[in-house]
Amino acid sequence: MAVQVELLKSIAYFSGLPLTELALLKNFIFVKTADKGGIVLFEGEPAEVLYFVVSGVVKVFKTSADGKEQTLYFIRPDESFNDVSVLVSGRNMASAGALVPAVLYGIRKDDLEAVIRDYPQVARNVIRVLSQKVERLVSLVEDLSFRHVAGRVAKILLEYTGDGVGQKPRLTQQEMAAIAGTAREMIGRALKVMEEEGTVRLERQRIVIMDKEALKEMAGVAT
Amino acid sequence: MVEMPLIDREKCNGCGLCIRVCYCQALVLVDNVVTVIETEECGWCTQCEAVCPTNAISCPFEIVIEEE
Repeated sequence: MAVQVELLKSIAYFSGLPLTELALLKNFIFVKTADKGGIVLFEGEPAEVLYFVVSGVVKVFKTSADGKEQTLYFIRPDESFNDVSVLVSGRNMASAGALVPAVLYGIRKDDLEAVIRDYPQVARNVIRVLSQKVERLVSLVEDLSFRHVAGRVAKILLEYTGDGVGQKPRLTQQEMAAIAGTAREMIGRALKVMEEEGTVRLERQRIVIMDKEALKEMAGVAT
Repeated sequence: MVEMPLIDREKCNGCGLCIRVCYCQALVLVDNVVTVIETEECGWCTQCEAVCPTNAISCPFEIVIEEE
């Protein structure tokens, strides 16, 4: 499978570059395919490659010492991952695996540095991409430090509790994220933690509150 | 009748990511729009909703208190 210039055009790193330059840049890029569930990057290993998703979805995640997995982002077509690790830290800051069969374009650290040096437009694009990532991380920090997401999710669950006859609206995780002012991934994570703690039970189409008092405490609601 | 994830046909861009993430083959592309096939295999994993770039798929939850 060869790298296609047409596909490079829609990647933010290469936006605004003429086709002639993209045709030259193509030589630095290689194709990598990953099967569903295939690991592309391991956290902690030397950061050697920056990847762009061409098709499929890649999950970027961290694994805790006790083996628990935390999803950080889903990377969709035209988006990149492992940027910060390659440009700064030298080690992969998170692991990445294909959620569905994926086609990726990769560029090695040395080649990326040469491209940034030789193509000012790419350097400007990199600044923009990294700024957007910083923005995303700042909102994540806000979530984690100022207002504990689990507390907000607990509050939403209490507010939207129905009696099973449909007098309260049903909520998607996307809608809960919008209400809580956070990313959908954070809602999934909070619900998983609550389930592990035995506060709620996730069923098909139902979130069953098993310990209302614990939920109230989490939400900071006086009992 | 099994309730299935809801598709907003107007929002669906036919990218097919949800089809590939679905473990029970409950989603297919018809005329470039995702269509749901009813199946009891669907466990409401919500991965289709999670990967959809246009928020065209909804997997709503009812929130209830555990009965004693």
